[in-house]
Amino acid sequence: MNSITARRRHPLARYAVLLLALSLLGGVYALLAPGGDRADAAIASGKADDVAAGKELFAAHCASCHGPNAEGAFAPGGASGPSLIGVGAAAVDFQVSSGRMPLANPGPQAPRKRPQEWVNPDTIRQVAAYVQSLGGGPTKPSLEAVDPSKGDPAKGGELFRANCIQCHNFVGSGGGLTYGKYAPPLNPATPTQIYEAMATGPQAMPVFNDSTITPDQKRDMIAYIVSVRNQPDPGGSGLGRIGPVTEGLVAWVAGISLLILAAIWITAKKRQVNHD
Amino acid sequence: MTENPNDIDQPEERVPRRVIGTPPPRGNGSALGAPPKGHEPIVYEGVKFPDEASARKGERVAALLFLVAFLASIGFIASYVIFQVGTIEKTQVSNFALGGTLALALLALAAGIVVWVRQIMPKYSLVQQRHPMASQAEVREEVAKTFLQGAEESGIVRHKLLRRTLLLAAAPLGLLPLVLLKDLGPLPGTTLRHTVWKKGLRLMIEGTGQPVRAADFNSPGGILSVVPQGFENDLNALAKATLILIKFRPEDIKPGTKLNWTHDSIVAYSKICTHVGCPAALYEQTTHHILCPCHQSTFDAADGAKVIFGPAARPLPQLPITVDGEGYLIAQSDFNVPVGPSFWERGDAEAEARARGHA
Repeated sequence: MNSITARRRHPLARYAVLLLALSLLGGVYALLAPGGDRADAAIASGKADDVAAGKELFAAHCASCHGPNAEGAFAPGGASGPSLIGVGAAAVDFQVSSGRMPLANPGPQAPRKRPQEWVNPDTIRQVAAYVQSLGGGPTKPSLEAVDPSKGDPAKGGELFRANCIQCHNFVGSGGGLTYGKYAPPLNPATPTQIYEAMATGPQAMPVFNDSTITPDQKRDMIAYIVSVRNQPDPGGSGLGRIGPVTEGLVAWVAGISLLILAAIWITAKKRQVNHD
Repeated sequence: MTENPNDIDQPEERVPRRVIGTPPPRGNGSALGAPPKGHEPIVYEGVKFPDEASARKGERVAALLFLVAFLASIGFIASYVIFQVGTIEKTQVSNFALGGTLALALLALAAGIVVWVRQIMPKYSLVQQRHPMASQAEVREEVAKTFLQGAEESGIVRHKLLRRTLLLAAAPLGLLPLVLLKDLGPLPGTTLRHTVWKKGLRLMIEGTGQPVRAADFNSPGGILSVVPQGFENDLNALAKATLILIKFRPEDIKPGTKLNWTHDSIVAYSKICTHVGCPAALYEQTTHHILCPCHQSTFDAADGAKVIFGPAARPLPQLPITVDGEGYLIAQSDFNVPVGPSFWERGDAEAEARARGHA
């Protein structure tokens, strides 16, 4: 007891107390949190109407940022999210199936990540049905509409070069944007997600609606993206396939450094064994 | 002058005098140098061999490297036989095996030779004498005399006609490169100030070649690359005339955008960056930024494409657009200022355009 009293005023004491309090909080949360998951599981397996089930899932996982009725919320420095009225089921399917939503940290970019545990095709369908019921919008495409084998990669490549490569690179490797945002690489995206991204314009991406870029043209572009993704690099490492800049960088930094080191080794003066 | 300029002078105190590379004057060894009897290395004045231990170590390292080079060369032949080509994947494997073994063979051989030179060969200082740059006085006199004699015998001094016509023949030859400079022209005149856009020309989607119906381009946050009708494949025209077409929510448009040049919140900007002319089309629908990938010039598309970051000096010019009777987007006129990067005669085209507008 005496020792605690003596160390109470130690400079590190306040951090120790803070750490203790945080651990307690985390522990309590961990004890209480599974309750929510059980509820989700019940909804996912239940026979309840998709829209009603989706509304409950939405309240549990999305409403803190997007508002209780998906009307959007803005809190300076806090949880803020845009209105989801009219974004459509395709937007929900894209964001949730690629793990971008729910967002882990607010920031310039919502990165692709492993979806949370409650996410499965059924729960995505339910949340999507709920958001679709709010104000319509683009719906999830059929599997046939995104089948790369039914598209024309040559035509798709032309459209891809006209509309996509400025941000996503000529083989879909992605690239940087302004203020910390970036256009993600397209390699991990499924054909359905590529279609939904074009139709809904997630985050900073512009919208390519069906009346200007038709569904058939979208399928051609998917065929192109999938076909270049599977192409081998006959010249060796593709270095991320982001073009001559990386290749030049590697040649200058790695190649020329090695040459310089070799030149230093060859010409270095060896110390004489014994002097006169 | 008979002295060989590459002859290396040995320091005086080195006895016996000996040119490097010739066999040693003593001993009965072969030209390759048979090991001397008694394992006692022959000692040359001023030449210091590395000590036995490190020489032996160097020999082992170099021998190992030569062995690696040998094996890699064998590997090259084996890879050529084993890895047949035919498909891209097979060619990839073959390329890798052939290139890898050849690189290893040459690298190991070179490294072995460097180890040999550095660890086994002796080290000593050489003094290399340089002769004076100028030739001797009598030689120079002789050359001058020969030159004058040659000039005299050729008759260039006496035969005036010959001399003058030769000079006449040479003079225009010198001017020929100057004549070729004309190919740098002709001057562009006013072509830099105009594009092929004119009143009534339809906006066509790049890639599909379809005209854009304003009612179809109705999703806020949408962007299209568009080209002038009839010039879809004319790269010279497109280098200046390509546009980006952006659909806004009406409430997002800021005062910098000329509203009477838009149609139903659809705005058309030149795609050619005003810095050095890269295609600037990295559009973020959330922030309305247009980013140029070359030097990160950033334009605010909602506010007349004004520059908010980067080296560009001017906004992207806005093209006046409207719709025709069938609802397709058309140009109202050409751009009112030159598109793309600055040029010498451009002047303050924006001020001139404003003056024309007021007049």
